[in-house]
Amino acid sequence: MPDIQSPLPGTFYHAPDPNSAPFKKPGDAVAADDTIGLVEVMKTFIEVKAEVEGTFDGFVAPNAEPVQAGDVLAKVR
Amino acid sequence: MAIEVRKAGLSTTIQDMGRPGYFHLGIPEGGAMDRFSMRVANMLVGNDETAAGLEAVFMGPELEFTQDTWVAVTGATMPILLDGEEKPGWSAFPVKAGQVLNFGFLKEGARLYIAFAGGIDTPAQLGSRSTYPIGALGGVDGRAIAVGDVLPLGKPGNPAARSVDTALLREQKSPVELRVLPGLYWHRITEASQQRFFDEEWTVAPEADRMGYRFRGGSPMEFVPREQPFGAGSDPSNIVDGCYAYGSIQVPGGTEPIVLHRDAVSGGGYFTIGAVISADMDLIGQLQPNTKVRFVKVDMETALAARKARRERLQTIREALAAG
Repeated sequence: MPDIQSPLPGTFYHAPDPNSAPFKKPGDAVAADDTIGLVEVMKTFIEVKAEVEGTFDGFVAPNAEPVQAGDVLAKVR
Repeated sequence: MAIEVRKAGLSTTIQDMGRPGYFHLGIPEGGAMDRFSMRVANMLVGNDETAAGLEAVFMGPELEFTQDTWVAVTGATMPILLDGEEKPGWSAFPVKAGQVLNFGFLKEGARLYIAFAGGIDTPAQLGSRSTYPIGALGGVDGRAIAVGDVLPLGKPGNPAARSVDTALLREQKSPVELRVLPGLYWHRITEASQQRFFDEEWTVAPEADRMGYRFRGGSPMEFVPREQPFGAGSDPSNIVDGCYAYGSIQVPGGTEPIVLHRDAVSGGGYFTIGAVISADMDLIGQLQPNTKVRFVKVDMETALAARKARRERLQTIREALAAG
C-alpha cells in the first residue's frame, strides 16, 4: 500500500480551507497529480500531490497538526 | 556552461555573505542565514568563502549539470543523491555534465547549503548576489530560483576531494539554546516576565522565514505601566520608532517573540527586549517549525567570547582542509 509522505515540515491540513470538505475521503479515486492536502510553513500553503494512483484509504496524519518531512500523511491502495 | 534547475524546491535562493552597508537605507544585509555552513561549503569546493551558492529551505532542488564541476552540500541533513547514488554531506564530490543532483526528505536542520566550484556567477547588485525577494535584489532577476533557470558558474578556484571531520562541526543541543543579550527596552517588562522569558520553553512557529523566526508557547509578557510617549502607538509593546539590530527580538503585543534575521526590516515601532548573539544566529537558520528552544541570558563578555569561539572553529576547519 503506497504511503503519501510529507515533503517538508509544517502544519498539515486535510481541506483547502476550514469551511470546505477534505480533498479526499476514503474510497475516492486518486490520480498522481491530485492534491490530497496542504502543508503550511513560512506563511505559505504547499499542495501535497499524491504522486501515486489508486483509491484513497484515509488520512494518517491528523488535521491541523504538525508534521515532519517524510511523515506519512495518507494511504492509497 | 552551467546548472539547469529542474525542480526549485520550496524556496531555493542564491546567497553569499550579503550586502552590508545599506541597512540605514532600509536594505538588509541579507545573505546566507547559516553563514557557517555556507562558508564551509565554499571551502570544500576550493572557492573564496564569500562565493555565492544555493540556500534551500526544508526541500532540496533538483539540478542538472551541463558541465563537469565539484559540489559540496552542508547545513541540514538530507539524503544527497547524484543520479540516485547517495553522496556524503560536508564533503566535496565531482560531478559530470549530464548528471542530476536531488535530495531526499529532510532529516535534521532546516537549510541546505550547496556550493559549486567557481561559485554561482549571476550579476551582483549592491555588491552581492544574495537574493532579497522583497526588494527584487540579487538572485535570478531578484527572485528565488525557478524551473528552467540556468545558473552560470564562475571560474573554479582549487576544487579537490575534501571532507570535514564531523568532530569539528558544532554540536546540537535539545532543546536548542539561543543566547540572548538583554537590550534597550528590557526595562519595559516586569522582573517576573524577564525571568519567565528565560525559564520557559519556546517552540518555533510555522511563520519562521528569512525575515524573522517567531516563537510561541511561553507566557504573555507583563509590561511595566507607563504613559505611552508621544509618537508611540497605544499598545504597551509600541515604542517611538527605533532601529532594529540584526538578531533583535521584537515582541508585538508582548506575546510571541520574533528574532529578526538576515532579511529583516531595519526599524519599526515595536519594542525589542534584546538580541540573540551573533554566534547563535547560524543555529536559527537550522531550526524547523515546532523545534523546542530555550533562551539563555548572557552578558557582553560571554557574547564576544562566543563570537571568537565561532571564528576559531571556522579557522580550525580552514586549516584542516588546507592540510588535506
